Amino acid sequence: MDEFEQFKETYFAECAELLDDMETRITGLRKDSLNDDSLHAIFRAVHSIKAGAGAFKFDNLVAFSHDFEGLLDGMRNDVVAVDESRIALLLTARDLLADLVDAVVSGHDAVPENLAAVGAEMAAIVKAAHPGETPTGEAPATGDETKDNDTAPGERTLRIDFAPLRELFIHANEPLLLVRELKELGPLKTTVNLSRLPDLSQMDPEEAYLSWVFELTTEAPLGLVEEVFEFVTDDCQLSISDVPVRPTQEPAAVACVPSDGATESRVPRRQPEPSAGAQPSLPSNGPGLAQAKVSSIRVDLDRVDRLVDMVGELLITQSMLAQQTSELAVDRYPDIVRGLEELSFHARELQDSVMAIRMQPVRSVFARIPRLVRDLSKKLDKKVRLVTEGEETEVDKTVIEEIADPITHMIRNAMDHGIESPGERRRAGKTPEATIRLSAEHRGGCIIISIADDGRGVVREIVTRKAVDSGLIGPDASLSDEEIDNLIFRPGFSTAGTVTDVSGRGVGLDVVRRNIERLGGSVHIQSEPGIGAAFIVSLPLTLAVMDGMVIAVDGEHYVLPVNTILETIRPVESDIVTLPSGDAVISLRGNHLSLIHVARMLGLNGGEADPSKGLVVFVDTRERGKVGLVIDEMLGQQQVVIKSLQTNFKNIPGIAAVTILGNGRVAPILDVDGLCRPAGAPGDANDLHRPTGQTSNMGIAT
Amino acid sequence: MSKRIMAVDDSTTMRDMVRFALRGAGYEVVLAEDGMDALALLSKERVDLVITDINMPNLDGIGLVAKLRQDPAYRTTPILILTTESEATKRQQGKDAGATGWLVKPFDPRKLVSVVQKVCP
Repeated sequence: MDEFEQFKETYFAECAELLDDMETRITGLRKDSLNDDSLHAIFRAVHSIKAGAGAFKFDNLVAFSHDFEGLLDGMRNDVVAVDESRIALLLTARDLLADLVDAVVSGHDAVPENLAAVGAEMAAIVKAAHPGETPTGEAPATGDETKDNDTAPGERTLRIDFAPLRELFIHANEPLLLVRELKELGPLKTTVNLSRLPDLSQMDPEEAYLSWVFELTTEAPLGLVEEVFEFVTDDCQLSISDVPVRPTQEPAAVACVPSDGATESRVPRRQPEPSAGAQPSLPSNGPGLAQAKVSSIRVDLDRVDRLVDMVGELLITQSMLAQQTSELAVDRYPDIVRGLEELSFHARELQDSVMAIRMQPVRSVFARIPRLVRDLSKKLDKKVRLVTEGEETEVDKTVIEEIADPITHMIRNAMDHGIESPGERRRAGKTPEATIRLSAEHRGGCIIISIADDGRGVVREIVTRKAVDSGLIGPDASLSDEEIDNLIFRPGFSTAGTVTDVSGRGVGLDVVRRNIERLGGSVHIQSEPGIGAAFIVSLPLTLAVMDGMVIAVDGEHYVLPVNTILETIRPVESDIVTLPSGDAVISLRGNHLSLIHVARMLGLNGGEADPSKGLVVFVDTRERGKVGLVIDEMLGQQQVVIKSLQTNFKNIPGIAAVTILGNGRVAPILDVDGLCRPAGAPGDANDLHRPTGQTSNMGIAT
Repeated sequence: MSKRIMAVDDSTTMRDMVRFALRGAGYEVVLAEDGMDALALLSKERVDLVITDINMPNLDGIGLVAKLRQDPAYRTTPILILTTESEATKRQQGKDAGATGWLVKPFDPRKLVSVVQKVCP
């Protein structure tokens, strides 16, 4: 059906959603959970996939989903039992369904080898549940239903006796329309019988008093004539017979309708009145049914993105206006100033609303994890229990898409390296079943996703040795515990003895970190040997707007994310200590903290070299903790619209994104972690500027 | 003035295809994603015909037909149910609940139009 070609995209998208939902629901099925809506929902999902497949004539898909549907129908009607092995079968079937959908999406013909076997197994279960009956569904036809059961008989005249019963009107059928349809088949002679029509005063407007005799001259096969009456066969008296060309007294009956054998008898067949209280088959949720239904519409993501972009530009323009008019004397143009303040307020509200459109609960990402944990625990022979929290926490759609892989990787890592075998756990005095807690929450302006396990934690000796062996750190480097733990994010790092295909390839975690940083977030690991470890991922809530502190370094303007700033001071010379290596530290309330010259890190030649003549901004970094950034000036806080550099530039260490300030100037937004990364580490700001081979003073070799 | 048809189905693809087929024949089409959604929309606007799928969450097709027939405004509105080949019992249930006729899916757009014109020209 070529006219339906345009709906393939919609169909594929719908299939993807349905398959995901099915996976979650099937994994969540328990033997005694038949009283929730899951089985019905799974059935409906397969039903929808089958219907669409039929429209596009994806025959393999139709056939398999038909068998799948049959099994689910049996299960939801309590005819087929639901147990562990059946649930596993459902999962397998779902996967095969997904494979079949993939096959049609990519246009290849490959049929999974166990397809026929699984389909047959499902059909057999259904058959066994209905001994002696034919299965509840005939094999689906893959074409449309046609009723040409006759060969063209040539033109002849048919006599049609038609007497509607009142049920015909109750079903909202209309005799006049039937007559018009008959007329389309050929010339029609109509005679109406008014004999039963009572006086107006006695007439029941809903009763049927009229009947007709038609003579239809047509070439159409009988099937087509009968089809005119297909909806009303139970609601009327109908007979169709041949009229010989030369009218005689006895027409030979060719076919009679209705098909219950009633011939010319005039005994009215009463259809049982449709009971006014016909029981709708509501899913067994009862009072849990959502009465207040949330309505929604589907919107092209492109349109939302364009909207977000435009609102961003609006904010920039408004910001520029605010800047230009900040010089205006308030008393001379009070209305303009007030107007601009209101504009700024509304613009920010608009921004929030638009960003909210793109927000979605992380649930969709979390949904795939139970399956993953289940599969991996089987594969690795470990017992693991997954607990999830905060799945309703909302996050930008782009983040959702990008965060799925990293989370999967980290779970794999936790299960592969962190969690011990049940035997080992018992020997360590732990419960043989390990727990992984996957949670999401809003904190400050960020969303924090954490993957915590109660495994063995990072084995620091192995990590250190591996790092020294790979030349990542010098043999006599002294790193804090936390720094050692976070070495696992370095590229090429893998402590697996042999490369397991689960996560041992060593490409996992550094890619995870990069992807998260690309989103403007950060990830690090906290670990306690023997107790467990937790991956903590922090992501910005909105990707488009941020509170920024505008600073100046060597005459250039930059922006620091406000949520990284702890405090700012103008240091006293005596508090600054220069180490023999040339690096400086500053004393703050008894603690000595590293000083980092932003200008130097960015490769600028100017900038205030003497911290006591500039400012020190203390920021929180993931890897080095609290650090002081030396800058020239601090110019003020404002909301900035984040513009990504990605489309134009490669990943620049130390620079997260860019914005346009109110004065029209472009200002890079600094990535504090990248800026402060230990010198020589891949991905640090010095990458840009430091020639290779130079060592820095923390004992870390390039 | 063209006739208005409401199409109810929990599958986006089906809804879109039905709308496409009917719009092409000059009908105005309103969409709903299940029985409850349909009732909510129908309380605000009138339509001349309802086409509904059977298997839907919240309120299924049979339930929707029954509810509509209880509403005086829709007692004589043609209602068609969309069934699959293998659902003969559903077809009868639909009729018992008051449906006017039925359509089999997957459907040929021309057949859809002709059946619709049969009950709602």
